[in-house]
Amino acid sequence: MSHGVLVVAEQADGAFRKITLEAMSEGKRLASRMGCEAYALVLGAGVASFAGELAKYGADKILVADSPVLADYLTDTYTNVIDEVVKAHSPRAIVLGASSQGKDLSARLSARLDAPLAMDCVAVKADGENIVATRPMYGGKVLADVNLEGEPKIIAVRPKMMAVTESPGAGVVEAVTADPGRSAMKQIDRQLETGKVELTEADVVVSGGRGMGGADYTALEQLAASLEGAVGASRSAVDEGWRSHADQVGQTGKVVSPNLYIACGISGAIQHLAGMSSSKVIVAINKDPEAPIFQKADYGIVGDLFEIVPLLTEEIKRLKG
Amino acid sequence: MTELNIIVCAKQIPDPEAPLSDVRVDGEKKEVFVDAPNVISPFDENALEAALVLQEEAGARVTVLSLGRKVSDTVLRKSLAAGADELILLQDNAFEKLDSHSVARVLADAIQRIGDCDLVLTGRQAGDWDSGQVGLMLGEILGLPCISLAREIKVEGRQVQVKKNIAGGYEQVRAALPALVTVSNEVGELRYISRTRMMKMLRKASSIPSWSSGDFVSTPDALQGMEIKELSSPPDMGRSCEFIEGATLEEKADQLVAAITSF
Repeated sequence: MSHGVLVVAEQADGAFRKITLEAMSEGKRLASRMGCEAYALVLGAGVASFAGELAKYGADKILVADSPVLADYLTDTYTNVIDEVVKAHSPRAIVLGASSQGKDLSARLSARLDAPLAMDCVAVKADGENIVATRPMYGGKVLADVNLEGEPKIIAVRPKMMAVTESPGAGVVEAVTADPGRSAMKQIDRQLETGKVELTEADVVVSGGRGMGGADYTALEQLAASLEGAVGASRSAVDEGWRSHADQVGQTGKVVSPNLYIACGISGAIQHLAGMSSSKVIVAINKDPEAPIFQKADYGIVGDLFEIVPLLTEEIKRLKG
Repeated sequence: MTELNIIVCAKQIPDPEAPLSDVRVDGEKKEVFVDAPNVISPFDENALEAALVLQEEAGARVTVLSLGRKVSDTVLRKSLAAGADELILLQDNAFEKLDSHSVARVLADAIQRIGDCDLVLTGRQAGDWDSGQVGLMLGEILGLPCISLAREIKVEGRQVQVKKNIAGGYEQVRAALPALVTVSNEVGELRYISRTRMMKMLRKASSIPSWSSGDFVSTPDALQGMEIKELSSPPDMGRSCEFIEGATLEEKADQLVAAITSF
């Protein structure tokens, strides 16, 4: 199984993150095109119980590094383990999700292995021996196809860009005993803003901008809740102190690609568009019919968001029964 | 307490808020031309702000490094006007279009030449290439613990404690100094610099130190360019807005819901 495609899984609290299924599916597609095996590496504590699930998405083999030392994600211990696995198995390519954890890990790993890395890829092509990855730059205003010279080729895929495909693999689970070493870092606290859907992983994002006129986002929160989505904000709403920086969608905030993006009271500044224009369907609600956001939207309603949004929530709830 | 030495890496880039119409891709030359003034990359400005906060709180000497084929002294002097103690430009024709590994190597050499350094801060990613690799690679090359996506940075004794973004929340991570931290926008924008202060800094005769490759790069032959196969403008998403009409707001709302739930 050497010279295959290695997918590094990301898990939290006893389950794989959705990005892992996306990365695994893409890793399997890449392996098929390259004519080699796809295998996964799962790191953590108590992960052996669910590691086998990756077989469903094409893993021919699943390596499990299960150790209490790996309970918290720390860049150095995780890098040490992957480094050892890579040396033992010589994969041709490594696929990870470009989540906050995956970005952190892939860059450190790339430096450790002196291996090429394409970050935040939206498409991956195997061209004979070569892999060409497409990644957006300049806030999505330019697309670059980059060659990855040398091996292993590290590809970090942007969340929600790769289709999740079921394609059963042999899924043989094998424990690996790599030495994580001692971390130079220590995690002392971890707070999940519970019940909150992570913006970059959400299927629906409802965002508010300057048109919100204040910090009361109840209407948007209710609409988001009815669609099991997340709430975002434009930079001006964040600058006004109405929402936290963590909610900011845009070039200097988060880049989201949900199935549905609902922009409420957002004019559509370039900095905001950079963060949401790859959404599948975009809805804009704005009082100003000339607002540039309408040029980037599939559907628009001109009117007062505070009147329209509750009606939308009501209708969605009614349909859902 | 001995003073903390902080190095901030700041990249000069064309203003990332330039509209799409001002960005031109030359597919043949594999170059991007942006018709906009150069600025300090926004996340690097966040990193500088974090350094200046530490300078106020804990007492720190802040040195800004900026690397490129040619770096504008005028653009980077903003860091001095904001409160940085020193600015060093790393300029050489050999630094044009380097890949992330090479940029990190050159920065590592510069930091090693400076010597005293407790904390290296970089933006979480550059506002032009958007790849977010250099900071973390620099940490690996220098053998430093690296904490990415900082919202808040505190230094206590010889420890740095960082509140960092994770999926769905945040973590607090601690590391011994020296360490490297990449900074996210949550830290806050670079402080306001008055026009008078900026003009004063621009008029100041003092020359800014500039190092070229021969001055400090340990392996000039190993530097590599980026492997770009093709550059293109993103496909026009071809969106055309269908304005939802209706006699009443209720009607509009129902129609919109019907449209968005039909997928």
